[in-house]
Amino acid sequence: MKKLINDPENVVDEALVGIEASNHNVRVDHEHRVVLRAQPKDHGKVALVSGGGSGHEPLHSGYVGYGMLDAACAGEVFTSPTPDRIEAATLAVDAGAGVLHIVKNYTGDVMNFDMAAELVAAESGIEVETVVTNDDVAVEDSLYTAGRRGVGVTVLLEKIAGAAAEEGRSLVDVRDIAQRVNSRGRSMGMALTSCTVSTAGRPTFDLPDDEMEIGIGIHGEPGRQREKMASAREIAAKLVNPILGDMDFSSSPVIAMLNGMGASPLIELYLMYGEVAALLQKNGVSIARNLVGNYITSLDMAGCSLTLLAADDEMLRLWDAPVQTAALRWGR
Amino acid sequence: MATETFSVEDARAWMTAFGKAVSENQEYLTELDSAIGDADHGTNMDRGMRAVEEKLAAANPATLGSVFKTVGMALVSTVGGASGPLYGTFFLRMGAALGDRSECDKADLSSALRTGIKGVTDRGKAQLGDKTMLDALSPALDSFDGTEGLSIAAASAGAAEAAAAGRDATAPLKALKGRASYLGDRSIGHIDPGSASAALLMGALAKACA
Repeated sequence: MKKLINDPENVVDEALVGIEASNHNVRVDHEHRVVLRAQPKDHGKVALVSGGGSGHEPLHSGYVGYGMLDAACAGEVFTSPTPDRIEAATLAVDAGAGVLHIVKNYTGDVMNFDMAAELVAAESGIEVETVVTNDDVAVEDSLYTAGRRGVGVTVLLEKIAGAAAEEGRSLVDVRDIAQRVNSRGRSMGMALTSCTVSTAGRPTFDLPDDEMEIGIGIHGEPGRQREKMASAREIAAKLVNPILGDMDFSSSPVIAMLNGMGASPLIELYLMYGEVAALLQKNGVSIARNLVGNYITSLDMAGCSLTLLAADDEMLRLWDAPVQTAALRWGR
Repeated sequence: MATETFSVEDARAWMTAFGKAVSENQEYLTELDSAIGDADHGTNMDRGMRAVEEKLAAANPATLGSVFKTVGMALVSTVGGASGPLYGTFFLRMGAALGDRSECDKADLSSALRTGIKGVTDRGKAQLGDKTMLDALSPALDSFDGTEGLSIAAASAGAAEAAAAGRDATAPLKALKGRASYLGDRSIGHIDPGSASAALLMGALAKACA
Protein backbone atom coordinates (compact mmCIF):
# COMPACT_ATOMS: atom_id res chain seq x y z
CA MET A 1 0.00 0.00 0.00
CA LYS A 2 1.38 3.40 -1.04
CA LYS A 3 -0.55 6.37 0.35
CA LEU A 4 0.15 9.98 1.32
CA ILE A 5 -0.39 9.34 5.01
CA ASN A 6 1.54 9.29 8.28
CA ASP A 7 -0.26 6.67 10.35
CA PRO A 8 -3.28 4.73 9.05
CA GLU A 9 -5.00 5.35 12.39
CA ASN A 10 -4.76 9.15 12.09
CA VAL A 11 -5.89 9.71 8.50
CA VAL A 12 -9.25 11.29 9.34
CA ASP A 13 -7.95 13.60 12.10
CA GLU A 14 -4.99 14.75 10.04
CA ALA A 15 -7.17 15.35 6.97
CA LEU A 16 -9.44 17.55 9.11
CA VAL A 17 -6.39 19.63 10.07
CA GLY A 18 -5.73 20.20 6.38
CA ILE A 19 -9.37 20.94 5.58
CA GLU A 20 -9.35 23.65 8.23
CA ALA A 21 -5.98 25.04 7.11
CA SER A 22 -7.04 25.19 3.46
CA ASN A 23 -10.38 26.94 3.81
CA HIS A 24 -10.94 30.10 5.83
CA ASN A 25 -14.69 29.74 5.43
CA VAL A 26 -14.83 26.70 7.72
CA ARG A 27 -13.68 25.76 11.18
CA VAL A 28 -13.33 22.30 12.68
CA ASP A 29 -14.52 20.96 16.02
CA HIS A 30 -11.71 18.42 16.26
CA GLU A 31 -13.06 16.72 19.38
CA HIS A 32 -16.27 15.75 17.56
CA ARG A 33 -14.81 15.72 14.03
CA VAL A 34 -17.34 18.24 12.80
CA VAL A 35 -16.64 20.74 10.00
CA LEU A 36 -18.65 23.95 10.53
CA ARG A 37 -19.09 27.28 8.77
CA ALA A 38 -16.66 29.83 10.15
CA GLN A 39 -19.46 32.40 9.85
CA PRO A 40 -22.68 30.84 11.24
CA LYS A 41 -25.82 31.53 9.21
CA ASP A 42 -28.34 34.18 10.22
CA HIS A 43 -30.71 33.49 13.08
CA GLY A 44 -34.09 32.16 11.98
CA LYS A 45 -32.83 30.06 9.09
CA VAL A 46 -32.97 26.30 8.85
CA ALA A 47 -29.59 24.59 9.30
CA LEU A 48 -28.40 21.55 7.34
CA VAL A 49 -26.29 18.78 8.86
CA SER A 50 -24.93 15.89 6.88
CA GLY A 51 -22.18 13.39 7.40
CA GLY A 52 -21.08 9.86 6.91
CA GLY A 53 -17.97 7.82 6.60
CA SER A 54 -14.82 9.60 5.45
CA GLY A 55 -13.18 8.67 2.15
CA HIS A 56 -15.86 10.27 -0.08
CA GLU A 57 -14.26 13.73 -0.21
CA PRO A 58 -15.26 16.34 -1.14
CA LEU A 59 -18.51 14.88 0.30
CA HIS A 60 -19.47 16.11 2.92
CA SER A 61 -16.93 18.55 4.38
CA GLY A 62 -16.29 20.16 0.99
CA TYR A 63 -19.94 21.23 0.85
CA VAL A 64 -19.94 23.18 4.11
CA GLY A 65 -20.38 26.90 3.50
CA TYR A 66 -22.77 29.55 2.28
CA GLY A 67 -25.62 28.07 0.24
CA MET A 68 -25.06 24.45 1.24
CA LEU A 69 -24.35 22.68 4.53
CA ASP A 70 -23.90 24.18 7.98
CA ALA A 71 -22.04 21.19 9.36
CA ALA A 72 -20.57 17.91 8.17
CA CYS A 73 -19.74 15.03 10.52
CA ALA A 74 -16.72 12.99 9.50
CA GLY A 75 -16.78 9.34 10.55
CA GLU A 76 -13.91 6.92 10.28
CA VAL A 77 -13.16 5.91 6.69
CA PHE A 78 -16.33 4.29 5.26
CA THR A 79 -17.87 4.21 8.74
CA SER A 80 -20.77 6.36 9.89
CA PRO A 81 -20.07 9.03 12.50
CA THR A 82 -21.41 8.25 15.97
CA PRO A 83 -24.65 9.68 17.44
CA ASP A 84 -22.95 11.87 20.07
CA ARG A 85 -21.00 13.67 17.33
CA ILE A 86 -24.02 14.16 15.09
CA GLU A 87 -25.82 15.52 18.15
CA ALA A 88 -22.96 17.95 18.83
CA ALA A 89 -23.11 19.17 15.21
CA THR A 90 -26.87 19.62 15.40
CA LEU A 91 -26.70 21.62 18.64
CA ALA A 92 -23.87 23.76 17.25
CA VAL A 93 -25.65 24.90 14.08
CA ASP A 94 -29.28 25.29 15.08
CA ALA A 95 -30.22 28.91 14.35
CA GLY A 96 -33.66 28.71 15.91
CA ALA A 97 -35.51 27.33 12.89
CA GLY A 98 -34.67 23.65 13.20
CA VAL A 99 -32.15 21.33 11.58
CA LEU A 100 -32.41 19.04 8.56
CA HIS A 101 -30.37 15.83 8.74
CA ILE A 102 -29.29 14.59 5.32
CA VAL A 103 -28.53 10.87 5.48
CA LYS A 104 -27.41 8.46 2.78
CA ASN A 105 -29.32 5.19 2.91
CA TYR A 106 -26.70 2.89 4.36
CA THR A 107 -27.59 0.77 7.37
CA GLY A 108 -25.02 2.31 9.72
CA ASP A 109 -25.67 5.92 8.71
CA VAL A 110 -29.41 5.54 9.18
CA MET A 111 -29.02 3.94 12.64
CA ASN A 112 -26.51 6.51 13.91
CA PHE A 113 -28.55 9.48 12.65
CA ASP A 114 -31.68 7.89 14.21
CA MET A 115 -29.95 7.62 17.58
CA ALA A 116 -28.65 11.19 17.22
CA ALA A 117 -32.15 12.52 16.50
CA GLU A 118 -33.39 10.65 19.61
CA LEU A 119 -30.60 12.27 21.68
CA VAL A 120 -31.40 15.76 20.35
CA ALA A 121 -35.10 15.25 21.05
CA ALA A 122 -34.39 14.04 24.58
CA GLU A 123 -31.92 16.78 25.47
CA SER A 124 -33.05 19.94 23.66
CA GLY A 125 -36.10 21.51 22.09
CA ILE A 126 -34.49 21.63 18.66
CA GLU A 127 -36.69 20.37 15.85
CA VAL A 128 -34.99 17.84 13.60
CA GLU A 129 -36.28 16.53 10.28
CA THR A 130 -34.49 13.85 8.28
CA VAL A 131 -34.20 13.11 4.60
CA VAL A 132 -32.70 9.77 3.57
CA THR A 133 -31.32 9.62 0.03
CA ASN A 134 -31.75 6.39 -1.94
CA ASP A 135 -31.04 7.01 -5.61
CA ASP A 136 -28.91 4.03 -6.63
CA VAL A 137 -30.73 2.03 -9.31
CA ALA A 138 -28.14 -0.77 -9.04
CA VAL A 139 -29.94 -2.01 -5.94
CA GLU A 140 -33.42 -3.42 -6.13
CA ASP A 141 -35.65 -1.56 -3.71
CA SER A 142 -37.28 -4.56 -2.11
CA LEU A 143 -37.80 -6.39 1.13
CA TYR A 144 -34.74 -8.43 0.25
CA THR A 145 -32.15 -5.65 0.49
CA ALA A 146 -31.41 -2.77 2.83
CA GLY A 147 -33.02 -0.61 0.13
CA ARG A 148 -31.40 1.52 -2.52
CA ARG A 149 -28.17 3.21 -1.49
CA GLY A 150 -27.87 6.96 -1.17
CA VAL A 151 -25.16 8.14 -3.55
CA GLY A 152 -24.77 10.96 -6.13
CA VAL A 153 -28.10 12.67 -5.64
CA THR A 154 -26.90 13.60 -2.15
CA VAL A 155 -24.60 16.23 -3.70
CA LEU A 156 -27.40 17.78 -5.77
CA LEU A 157 -29.76 17.66 -2.80
CA GLU A 158 -27.33 19.40 -0.46
CA LYS A 159 -26.95 22.22 -3.00
CA ILE A 160 -30.66 22.67 -3.71
CA ALA A 161 -31.92 22.26 -0.13
CA GLY A 162 -29.07 24.49 1.07
CA ALA A 163 -30.24 27.27 -1.25
CA ALA A 164 -33.82 26.86 -0.03
CA ALA A 165 -32.65 27.18 3.59
CA GLU A 166 -30.63 30.28 2.70
CA GLU A 167 -33.85 31.88 1.35
CA GLY A 168 -35.38 31.52 4.81
CA ARG A 169 -37.82 28.73 4.00
CA SER A 170 -39.32 26.71 6.87
CA LEU A 171 -37.95 23.38 8.06
CA VAL A 172 -40.89 21.50 6.56
CA ASP A 173 -40.45 23.34 3.24
CA VAL A 174 -36.74 22.58 3.09
CA ARG A 175 -37.38 18.94 3.96
CA ASP A 176 -40.07 18.69 1.26
CA ILE A 177 -37.78 20.14 -1.40
CA ALA A 178 -35.04 17.75 -0.30
CA GLN A 179 -37.40 14.79 -0.54
CA ARG A 180 -38.56 15.92 -3.96
CA VAL A 181 -34.95 16.09 -5.20
CA ASN A 182 -34.30 12.61 -3.86
CA SER A 183 -37.43 11.15 -5.41
CA ARG A 184 -36.58 12.62 -8.81
CA GLY A 185 -32.90 11.61 -8.84
CA ARG A 186 -31.32 8.34 -9.97
CA SER A 187 -27.70 7.12 -10.06
CA MET A 188 -25.63 4.24 -11.37
CA GLY A 189 -21.94 3.60 -10.75
CA MET A 190 -19.13 1.36 -11.98
CA ALA A 191 -15.58 0.55 -10.92
CA LEU A 192 -12.41 -0.31 -12.81
CA THR A 193 -10.52 -1.08 -9.60
CA SER A 194 -11.21 -1.66 -5.94
CA CYS A 195 -10.01 0.81 -3.33
CA THR A 196 -7.72 0.41 -0.32
CA VAL A 197 -8.77 1.44 3.18
CA SER A 198 -5.52 2.43 4.89
CA THR A 199 -6.25 0.56 8.12
CA ALA A 200 -6.92 -2.64 6.12
CA GLY A 201 -3.81 -2.08 3.99
CA ARG A 202 -4.96 -3.98 0.90
CA PRO A 203 -7.71 -3.62 -1.72
CA THR A 204 -11.21 -4.32 -0.43
CA PHE A 205 -11.93 -6.74 -3.27
CA ASP A 206 -9.96 -8.33 -6.11
CA LEU A 207 -10.76 -7.22 -9.62
CA PRO A 208 -8.73 -8.74 -12.47
CA ASP A 209 -7.21 -6.34 -15.03
CA ASP A 210 -9.68 -7.31 -17.75
CA GLU A 211 -12.85 -7.03 -15.66
CA MET A 212 -15.03 -4.29 -14.17
CA GLU A 213 -17.76 -4.07 -11.53
CA ILE A 214 -21.10 -2.66 -12.60
CA GLY A 215 -23.46 -1.22 -9.98
CA ILE A 216 -21.03 -0.30 -7.21
CA GLY A 217 -21.75 1.83 -4.17
CA ILE A 218 -19.29 4.25 -2.61
CA HIS A 219 -17.74 2.16 0.17
CA GLY A 220 -15.61 -0.24 -1.81
CA GLU A 221 -18.32 -2.84 -1.73
CA PRO A 222 -18.45 -4.93 -4.88
CA GLY A 223 -21.19 -4.23 -7.38
CA ARG A 224 -24.15 -6.16 -8.67
CA GLN A 225 -22.26 -7.95 -11.40
CA ARG A 226 -18.80 -8.38 -12.78
CA GLU A 227 -18.26 -8.07 -16.51
CA LYS A 228 -15.48 -8.11 -19.06
CA MET A 229 -13.87 -4.69 -19.54
CA ALA A 230 -15.54 -2.66 -22.30
CA SER A 231 -15.17 0.65 -24.18
CA ALA A 232 -16.29 4.00 -22.73
CA ARG A 233 -19.23 4.02 -25.15
CA GLU A 234 -20.40 0.60 -23.94
CA ILE A 235 -19.89 1.61 -20.30
CA ALA A 236 -21.92 4.80 -20.86
CA ALA A 237 -24.82 2.65 -22.01
CA LYS A 238 -24.48 0.44 -18.93
CA LEU A 239 -24.91 3.56 -16.76
CA VAL A 240 -27.56 5.39 -18.79
CA ASN A 241 -29.89 2.50 -19.65
CA PRO A 242 -30.70 1.28 -16.13
CA ILE A 243 -31.38 4.89 -15.07
CA LEU A 244 -33.70 5.63 -17.99
CA GLY A 245 -35.33 2.23 -17.50
CA ASP A 246 -36.17 3.20 -13.94
CA MET A 247 -37.62 6.68 -14.46
CA ASP A 248 -38.65 9.03 -17.25
CA PHE A 249 -36.18 11.88 -17.76
CA SER A 250 -37.50 13.14 -21.11
CA SER A 251 -40.13 15.55 -19.81
CA SER A 252 -38.10 17.78 -17.45
CA PRO A 253 -34.89 19.77 -17.62
CA VAL A 254 -32.16 17.48 -16.24
CA ILE A 255 -29.22 18.18 -13.96
CA ALA A 256 -26.55 15.60 -14.82
CA MET A 257 -23.48 14.74 -12.75
CA LEU A 258 -20.70 12.59 -14.18
CA ASN A 259 -18.76 11.79 -11.04
CA GLY A 260 -15.31 10.27 -10.64
CA MET A 261 -14.78 7.62 -7.97
CA GLY A 262 -11.41 9.07 -6.98
CA ALA A 263 -8.69 7.60 -9.17
CA SER A 264 -9.98 8.20 -12.69
CA PRO A 265 -8.33 11.19 -14.39
CA LEU A 266 -10.46 14.12 -15.52
CA ILE A 267 -9.65 13.45 -19.17
CA GLU A 268 -11.50 10.13 -18.85
CA LEU A 269 -14.38 11.73 -16.96
CA TYR A 270 -14.81 14.32 -19.74
CA LEU A 271 -14.62 11.57 -22.35
CA MET A 272 -17.32 9.65 -20.46
CA TYR A 273 -19.45 12.78 -20.13
CA GLY A 274 -19.32 13.22 -23.89
CA GLU A 275 -20.50 9.65 -24.39
CA VAL A 276 -23.23 9.97 -21.77
CA ALA A 277 -24.48 13.33 -23.09
CA ALA A 278 -24.71 11.99 -26.66
CA LEU A 279 -26.58 8.91 -25.51
CA LEU A 280 -28.97 10.99 -23.41
CA GLN A 281 -29.65 13.31 -26.35
CA LYS A 282 -30.46 10.27 -28.49
CA ASN A 283 -32.97 9.24 -25.82
CA GLY A 284 -34.71 12.62 -25.79
CA VAL A 285 -33.19 13.80 -22.51
CA SER A 286 -32.13 17.44 -22.39
CA ILE A 287 -29.39 18.38 -19.94
CA ALA A 288 -29.96 21.83 -18.44
CA ARG A 289 -27.02 21.86 -15.99
CA ASN A 290 -24.08 19.53 -15.40
CA LEU A 291 -21.16 18.71 -13.17
CA VAL A 292 -18.12 16.73 -14.26
CA GLY A 293 -15.50 15.82 -11.68
CA ASN A 294 -14.84 14.12 -8.35
CA TYR A 295 -17.80 14.99 -6.11
CA ILE A 296 -18.60 11.80 -4.18
CA THR A 297 -15.66 9.43 -4.22
CA SER A 298 -14.61 6.07 -2.90
CA LEU A 299 -10.98 6.67 -1.86
CA ASP A 300 -8.67 5.52 -4.68
CA MET A 301 -11.24 3.57 -6.66
CA ALA A 302 -11.09 4.10 -10.40
CA GLY A 303 -14.41 4.37 -12.18
CA CYS A 304 -17.36 6.72 -12.35
CA SER A 305 -21.01 7.19 -11.61
CA LEU A 306 -23.81 9.02 -13.37
CA THR A 307 -26.56 10.89 -11.54
CA LEU A 308 -29.58 12.40 -13.28
CA LEU A 309 -32.09 14.70 -11.61
CA ALA A 310 -35.42 15.47 -13.29
CA ALA A 311 -35.48 19.09 -12.18
CA ASP A 312 -38.20 21.72 -12.34
CA ASP A 313 -37.98 25.52 -12.54
CA GLU A 314 -37.70 25.88 -8.77
CA MET A 315 -34.90 23.32 -8.53
CA LEU A 316 -33.00 25.02 -11.36
CA ARG A 317 -33.39 28.40 -9.68
CA LEU A 318 -32.11 26.98 -6.37
CA TRP A 319 -29.31 25.19 -8.23
CA ASP A 320 -28.22 28.52 -9.78
CA ALA A 321 -28.35 30.39 -6.45
CA PRO A 322 -25.01 31.52 -5.00
CA VAL A 323 -22.85 28.94 -3.25
CA GLN A 324 -19.47 29.26 -1.58
CA THR A 325 -17.93 25.98 -0.48
CA ALA A 326 -14.62 24.25 -1.09
CA ALA A 327 -16.05 22.04 -3.83
CA LEU A 328 -18.88 24.09 -5.37
CA ARG A 329 -18.56 27.81 -5.78
CA TRP A 330 -20.47 30.19 -8.01
CA GLY A 331 -22.51 33.41 -8.04
CA ARG A 332 -20.84 34.97 -5.01
CA MET B 1 -15.05 -17.62 39.85
CA ALA B 2 -18.66 -17.84 40.98
CA THR B 3 -20.88 -19.90 38.72
CA GLU B 4 -24.29 -19.72 40.41
CA THR B 5 -24.45 -15.97 40.40
CA PHE B 6 -23.26 -13.47 37.83
CA SER B 7 -21.37 -10.62 39.49
CA VAL B 8 -19.88 -7.27 38.51
CA GLU B 9 -16.51 -9.06 38.42
CA ASP B 10 -17.94 -11.65 36.02
CA ALA B 11 -19.32 -8.87 33.83
CA ARG B 12 -15.93 -7.15 33.79
CA ALA B 13 -14.21 -10.48 33.02
CA TRP B 14 -16.70 -11.00 30.16
CA MET B 15 -15.79 -7.63 28.65
CA THR B 16 -12.05 -8.21 29.08
CA ALA B 17 -12.37 -11.61 27.40
CA PHE B 18 -14.47 -10.12 24.58
CA GLY B 19 -11.93 -7.33 24.05
CA LYS B 20 -9.13 -9.86 23.88
CA ALA B 21 -11.06 -12.08 21.46
CA VAL B 22 -11.85 -9.11 19.19
CA SER B 23 -8.24 -7.97 19.24
CA GLU B 24 -6.95 -11.48 18.42
CA ASN B 25 -9.55 -11.93 15.67
CA GLN B 26 -9.41 -8.39 14.29
CA GLU B 27 -7.98 -9.46 10.93
CA TYR B 28 -10.33 -12.42 10.65
CA LEU B 29 -13.37 -10.17 11.19
CA THR B 30 -12.10 -7.63 8.68
CA GLU B 31 -11.41 -10.40 6.18
CA LEU B 32 -14.98 -11.69 6.50
CA ASP B 33 -16.20 -8.11 6.09
CA SER B 34 -14.15 -7.46 2.99
CA ALA B 35 -15.81 -10.45 1.29
CA ILE B 36 -19.36 -9.12 1.68
CA GLY B 37 -19.06 -5.72 3.39
CA ASP B 38 -16.61 -2.89 3.59
CA ALA B 39 -13.61 -4.34 5.36
CA ASP B 40 -13.80 -2.47 8.65
CA HIS B 41 -15.62 -4.68 11.15
CA GLY B 42 -12.48 -5.89 12.92
CA THR B 43 -10.93 -2.43 13.07
CA ASN B 44 -14.13 -0.82 14.34
CA MET B 45 -14.89 -3.43 17.01
CA ASP B 46 -11.30 -3.38 18.24
CA ARG B 47 -11.38 0.41 18.57
CA GLY B 48 -14.67 0.10 20.45
CA MET B 49 -13.48 -2.58 22.86
CA ARG B 50 -10.31 -0.65 23.64
CA ALA B 51 -12.54 2.31 24.57
CA VAL B 52 -14.69 -0.02 26.68
CA GLU B 53 -11.63 -1.20 28.63
CA GLU B 54 -10.53 2.41 29.25
CA LYS B 55 -13.99 3.61 30.28
CA LEU B 56 -14.54 0.65 32.62
CA ALA B 57 -11.14 1.17 34.24
CA ALA B 58 -11.90 4.86 34.77
CA ALA B 59 -15.49 4.47 36.01
CA ASN B 60 -14.99 1.27 38.02
CA PRO B 61 -18.76 0.73 38.14
CA ALA B 62 -20.28 -1.00 41.16
CA THR B 63 -23.50 -2.33 39.63
CA LEU B 64 -24.27 -4.59 36.68
CA GLY B 65 -26.46 -1.83 35.25
CA SER B 66 -23.65 0.70 35.26
CA VAL B 67 -21.11 -1.78 33.85
CA PHE B 68 -23.27 -2.47 30.81
CA LYS B 69 -24.34 1.16 30.39
CA THR B 70 -20.68 2.18 30.38
CA VAL B 71 -19.95 -0.52 27.81
CA GLY B 72 -22.93 0.49 25.65
CA MET B 73 -22.12 4.20 25.67
CA ALA B 74 -18.45 3.52 24.89
CA LEU B 75 -19.42 1.38 21.89
CA VAL B 76 -22.08 3.79 20.60
CA SER B 77 -19.64 6.68 20.73
CA THR B 78 -16.58 4.97 19.23
CA VAL B 79 -17.54 2.17 16.85
CA GLY B 80 -19.73 3.91 14.27
CA GLY B 81 -21.15 2.00 11.32
CA ALA B 82 -23.99 -0.36 12.06
CA SER B 83 -22.12 -2.33 14.72
CA GLY B 84 -21.89 0.68 17.07
CA PRO B 85 -25.63 1.26 17.42
CA LEU B 86 -26.37 -2.50 17.41
CA TYR B 87 -23.84 -3.62 20.05
CA GLY B 88 -24.36 -0.34 21.91
CA THR B 89 -28.12 -0.89 22.10
CA PHE B 90 -27.56 -4.52 23.17
CA PHE B 91 -25.50 -3.48 26.21
CA LEU B 92 -27.56 -0.37 27.06
CA ARG B 93 -30.72 -2.51 27.20
CA MET B 94 -28.94 -5.20 29.24
CA GLY B 95 -27.81 -2.50 31.66
CA ALA B 96 -31.31 -1.09 31.98
CA ALA B 97 -32.65 -4.60 32.65
CA LEU B 98 -30.12 -5.36 35.40
CA GLY B 99 -30.22 -1.95 37.10
CA ASP B 100 -28.68 -1.46 40.54
CA ARG B 101 -27.88 -5.08 41.29
CA SER B 102 -24.27 -6.04 41.96
CA GLU B 103 -25.02 -9.65 41.09
CA CYS B 104 -27.83 -11.65 39.56
CA ASP B 105 -28.91 -15.24 39.12
CA LYS B 106 -29.11 -17.27 35.94
CA ALA B 107 -32.74 -16.38 35.22
CA ASP B 108 -32.00 -12.64 35.51
CA LEU B 109 -28.97 -12.99 33.26
CA SER B 110 -31.05 -14.84 30.70
CA SER B 111 -33.77 -12.21 30.82
CA ALA B 112 -31.18 -9.41 30.46
CA LEU B 113 -29.67 -11.16 27.43
CA ARG B 114 -33.16 -11.46 25.96
CA THR B 115 -33.80 -7.73 26.52
CA GLY B 116 -30.45 -6.92 24.89
CA ILE B 117 -31.20 -9.07 21.85
CA LYS B 118 -34.66 -7.49 21.58
CA GLY B 119 -32.81 -4.15 21.44
CA VAL B 120 -30.73 -5.40 18.52
CA THR B 121 -33.91 -6.44 16.69
CA ASP B 122 -35.59 -3.08 17.38
CA ARG B 123 -32.59 -1.09 16.16
CA GLY B 124 -31.67 -3.18 13.13
CA LYS B 125 -35.11 -4.51 12.16
CA ALA B 126 -33.53 -7.82 11.16
CA GLN B 127 -35.14 -11.21 11.51
CA LEU B 128 -33.67 -14.62 12.10
CA GLY B 129 -32.15 -15.92 8.85
CA ASP B 130 -31.36 -12.45 7.42
CA LYS B 131 -27.64 -13.28 7.77
CA THR B 132 -26.83 -10.92 10.66
CA MET B 133 -25.47 -11.04 14.23
CA LEU B 134 -28.93 -12.14 15.28
CA ASP B 135 -28.31 -15.54 13.70
CA ALA B 136 -25.61 -16.17 16.32
CA LEU B 137 -27.23 -14.38 19.29
CA SER B 138 -30.67 -15.89 19.01
CA PRO B 139 -29.67 -19.61 19.04
CA ALA B 140 -27.23 -18.79 21.86
CA LEU B 141 -30.08 -17.45 23.96
CA ASP B 142 -32.31 -20.42 23.12
CA SER B 143 -29.55 -22.75 24.21
CA PHE B 144 -28.93 -20.76 27.41
CA ASP B 145 -32.63 -20.93 28.27
CA GLY B 146 -32.88 -24.65 27.57
CA THR B 147 -30.42 -25.61 30.28
CA GLU B 148 -32.61 -25.83 33.36
CA GLY B 149 -30.65 -27.17 36.31
CA LEU B 150 -27.26 -26.40 34.75
CA SER B 151 -24.85 -23.83 36.17
CA ILE B 152 -24.27 -20.44 34.53
CA ALA B 153 -20.87 -21.80 33.45
CA ALA B 154 -22.37 -24.81 31.69
CA ALA B 155 -25.21 -22.78 30.19
CA SER B 156 -22.76 -20.19 28.83
CA ALA B 157 -20.55 -22.90 27.35
CA GLY B 158 -23.59 -24.32 25.54
CA ALA B 159 -24.61 -20.83 24.40
CA ALA B 160 -21.13 -20.23 22.99
CA GLU B 161 -21.34 -23.46 20.98
CA ALA B 162 -24.80 -22.54 19.71
CA ALA B 163 -23.56 -19.10 18.69
CA ALA B 164 -20.63 -20.61 16.80
CA ALA B 165 -22.97 -23.02 15.03
CA GLY B 166 -25.28 -20.10 14.23
CA ARG B 167 -22.31 -18.19 12.83
CA ASP B 168 -21.31 -21.10 10.57
CA ALA B 169 -24.91 -21.50 9.45
CA THR B 170 -24.92 -17.94 8.04
CA ALA B 171 -22.57 -19.00 5.22
CA PRO B 172 -25.23 -20.54 2.91
CA LEU B 173 -27.71 -17.73 3.61
CA LYS B 174 -28.40 -14.80 1.29
CA ALA B 175 -27.99 -11.49 3.14
CA LEU B 176 -31.22 -9.49 3.50
CA LYS B 177 -29.91 -6.68 5.72
CA GLY B 178 -26.94 -4.36 5.76
CA ARG B 179 -24.37 -3.76 3.07
CA ALA B 180 -24.06 -7.46 2.24
CA SER B 181 -27.65 -7.38 0.97
CA TYR B 182 -26.49 -5.27 -2.01
CA LEU B 183 -24.66 -8.33 -3.27
CA GLY B 184 -27.78 -10.44 -3.56
CA ASP B 185 -26.82 -14.04 -4.37
CA ARG B 186 -23.14 -13.15 -4.26
CA SER B 187 -23.38 -12.95 -0.47
CA ILE B 188 -24.03 -16.71 -0.40
CA GLY B 189 -21.06 -18.81 0.72
CA HIS B 190 -19.61 -16.24 3.13
CA ILE B 191 -19.94 -16.12 6.92
CA ASP B 192 -21.58 -12.92 8.16
CA PRO B 193 -18.97 -10.83 10.03
CA GLY B 194 -21.54 -9.61 12.59
CA SER B 195 -22.45 -13.19 13.46
CA ALA B 196 -18.74 -13.93 13.86
CA SER B 197 -18.21 -11.11 16.38
CA ALA B 198 -21.42 -12.14 18.16
CA ALA B 199 -20.04 -15.68 18.45
CA LEU B 200 -16.87 -14.18 19.99
CA LEU B 201 -19.11 -12.32 22.46
CA MET B 202 -20.82 -15.53 23.59
CA GLY B 203 -17.49 -17.40 23.65
CA ALA B 204 -16.14 -14.67 25.93
CA LEU B 205 -19.12 -15.06 28.27
CA ALA B 206 -18.38 -18.78 28.54
CA LYS B 207 -14.73 -18.05 29.28
CA ALA B 208 -15.57 -15.47 31.93
CA CYS B 209 -18.04 -17.77 33.70
CA ALA B 210 -15.97 -20.97 33.46
